[in-house]
Amino acid sequence: MITVKDLCLWYGNTQALHHINMDIPEKAITALIGPSGCGKSTFLKTLNRMNDLIPGIRITGEVCYNEKNIFSPDVDVNMLRKEIGMVFQKPNPFPMSIYDNIAYGPRTHGITSRVKLDDIVERSLRDAAIWDEVKDRLRKNALGLSGGQQQRLCIARALAVSPDVLLMDEPTSALDPISTSKIEELAISLKEKYTIIIVTHNMQQAVRISDKVAFFLLGEMIEYNDAETIFSMPSDKRTEDYITGRFG
Amino acid sequence: MEKKNGKRKIYMVIMRGLMGILFIMSYVLVKGIPNITWDLLSTTPSYIDGSIGILPDILNTIYIIIAALAIVIPLGAGAAVYLTEYAGNKKIVSVIEYAAETLSGIPSIIYGLVGMLFFCQFLNMQTSLLAGALTLVIMNLPTVMRTTQESLKTVPQSYREGAFGLGAGKWRMIRTVVLPGCIDGIITGCILSVGRILGESAALLFTAGVAHALNGFFEGLNSSGATLTVALYFYAKERGEFGVAFAIAAILMVLTLLVNLLAMLVGESFKRRRNT
Repeated sequence: MITVKDLCLWYGNTQALHHINMDIPEKAITALIGPSGCGKSTFLKTLNRMNDLIPGIRITGEVCYNEKNIFSPDVDVNMLRKEIGMVFQKPNPFPMSIYDNIAYGPRTHGITSRVKLDDIVERSLRDAAIWDEVKDRLRKNALGLSGGQQQRLCIARALAVSPDVLLMDEPTSALDPISTSKIEELAISLKEKYTIIIVTHNMQQAVRISDKVAFFLLGEMIEYNDAETIFSMPSDKRTEDYITGRFG
Repeated sequence: MEKKNGKRKIYMVIMRGLMGILFIMSYVLVKGIPNITWDLLSTTPSYIDGSIGILPDILNTIYIIIAALAIVIPLGAGAAVYLTEYAGNKKIVSVIEYAAETLSGIPSIIYGLVGMLFFCQFLNMQTSLLAGALTLVIMNLPTVMRTTQESLKTVPQSYREGAFGLGAGKWRMIRTVVLPGCIDGIITGCILSVGRILGESAALLFTAGVAHALNGFFEGLNSSGATLTVALYFYAKERGEFGVAFAIAAILMVLTLLVNLLAMLVGESFKRRRNT
């Protein structure tokens, strides 16, 4: 579904990603693991071109999404980001009502009908397993929700534009264990409909939820395989050292 | 012991300053309020009757505030949005910020001179409220721009990322997420400008003139007219009508107090809204 070919990325003169090659399967959870500063978040943000916002960035190589290079000049970045949605490290709901948060994406893409919006809002909130908690206060400010609820709201907001792919950048690192497990369950239930790529610092999380795992170190992808294989018999010494906790 | 003395000295200085301010305020109010009559507020001056009314001056003040704000707010807020959200060259941005900073420190009579030469003569507007309003726009542009810019900087980057992540274009992101977040800065700039416009005399003497004719809004913009502050100067200096001058002074002082109070309340209410 997403094919990465020989991807290199520089921040100014510093090379942050070195020749990444990767095939990301459809309707599965792919986890990106590695120590801080290894380039996994940078890589994730390249997939929907969120890195475009950073000045002085340079990218070579290709990322093909549905057979099309996302860096080619005729790609509409806004449409790309509609199809490849994103959930951020810290929950970032807009300072508006819960309803308006969810409706933000659909409205951006031209849906104005009240009935349709109501329908999308309910469906997205249900898909993100937060409908029962917020259905009575859709008009209240989203900032009044707890951190875990806010993050599920952000997932619902991303689902509202019906993306194909969901990028999650350490979505649970700012949350308590109970909220974390809710988000993990949610991710597992979402992979029936969506392709999920998740960056995580938490090895157990990767074990619990992922189908494929890629291990990054110093901007290189060291190993990429089925989760079971990586965690039971990694082929690279560095992967083994990392997952057994010898560094990181 | 010595420290205590020092503290007492500072206290005395502050008290004397406060007393001075209180004295001026009460002096103006005591001298002014008895002179405020309904006739004064609701009539035009007449040389035939020898009567004085400040209705045209009140209206001129309102007209010039409306005209100046209508231009300076979109211009200033627009410039701020451009500088913080679009401008790529940070060097030019800092030069512009520095220039704006400097511009807000220039004595207002210089704005008046430039306004007179440029708007009244070069653009052939004559002395008119419009020329005055445009001069005020230049004067207040830095204020509106800077307050908007400061509050733009307080809108978290994560809101912008969130909007982009949903496929919003830059302009939609600014319109729906950034501008609502910095509305308090725009309003603060707006209120500060109103305060400055109320108090401005030098620049307006040159550009808006001293006429006291009763006009409608658009008619007024095209003709010469005194604002309250200019009228105060006129009645005190040219006519020796100190009663009227003090009446205007009292009105202006109360208005300024109200504007400042409003600014404070707006700031507070936004702070509260942001925290909940």
